[in-house]
Amino acid sequence: MSVKLNTRQVGDVTVIDVSGRITLGEGSSTLRDALRELVAKGNKKILLNLGEVSYIDSSGIGELVSGFTTVSNQGGTLKLLSLTKRVKDLLQITKLYTVFDVHEDEAHAVRSFA
Amino acid sequence: MELDSGAKEVLNHHYPSTLESVDLAEGEILKAAEETGFDEDDRHRIGMAVRECMVNAVVHGNRYNRNKQVHVTVLIGNFEAAPRFVIRITDQGEGFEVQEVPDPLHDTNLLRHSGRGLFLMGAFMDDMKVRKVAPTGTEVTLVRNIEPKES
Repeated sequence: MSVKLNTRQVGDVTVIDVSGRITLGEGSSTLRDALRELVAKGNKKILLNLGEVSYIDSSGIGELVSGFTTVSNQGGTLKLLSLTKRVKDLLQITKLYTVFDVHEDEAHAVRSFA
Repeated sequence: MELDSGAKEVLNHHYPSTLESVDLAEGEILKAAEETGFDEDDRHRIGMAVRECMVNAVVHGNRYNRNKQVHVTVLIGNFEAAPRFVIRITDQGEGFEVQEVPDPLHDTNLLRHSGRGLFLMGAFMDDMKVRKVAPTGTEVTLVRNIEPKES
């Protein structure tokens, strides 16, 4: 299953629910395009819900990092929500877990943008 | 890595330099891993390493060249006196020097978009070797130890 994105607004925070696989090709480019579009529209607070992401490769990790820097460079903030154990492990061994602000609870994550 | 007698070749295939080949090789190797008795977590790690290696071979090695192929073999047997699952993935690219690949864990490289593939292969396997092959290409050997099954 390729990646699927659903974007919704919770207050002034844009939540992107991501499901499927974020891998080289369609998966990573879909996420990249969505983040760039949101930033171009002026969205500054973006919460990426990865709870339904079954698989992510180094290309997908690259897109998370690129998204993080793209949003940050525009004065915004990108945070992560609900990592699966495998995605969390991957971010830990690549030393990226401490780079991202990671949350388990959506309401708490949304409040943290304030 | 020295091959002891009695190793069994369970896969020997040449794949075209396409992203579809990445999925195909991953699927074939995961099937062999399951038949070897690796559990789901082990298969996930093997699959991740294979995927990264195949992407490197297709994208960075052969550069999607339709005249170049990726050769994949899987051997199961005793290597250096221990049972191992050995995957070899060989491209026909120009090759590279492993020591010149930037360390993705270095502070200055953490936010780079790419460059984590080799590191992840090493992290997910028990051993990994990279060597240039003649006349041109890179051979990556990925090794996963086969643990004795509990009785």
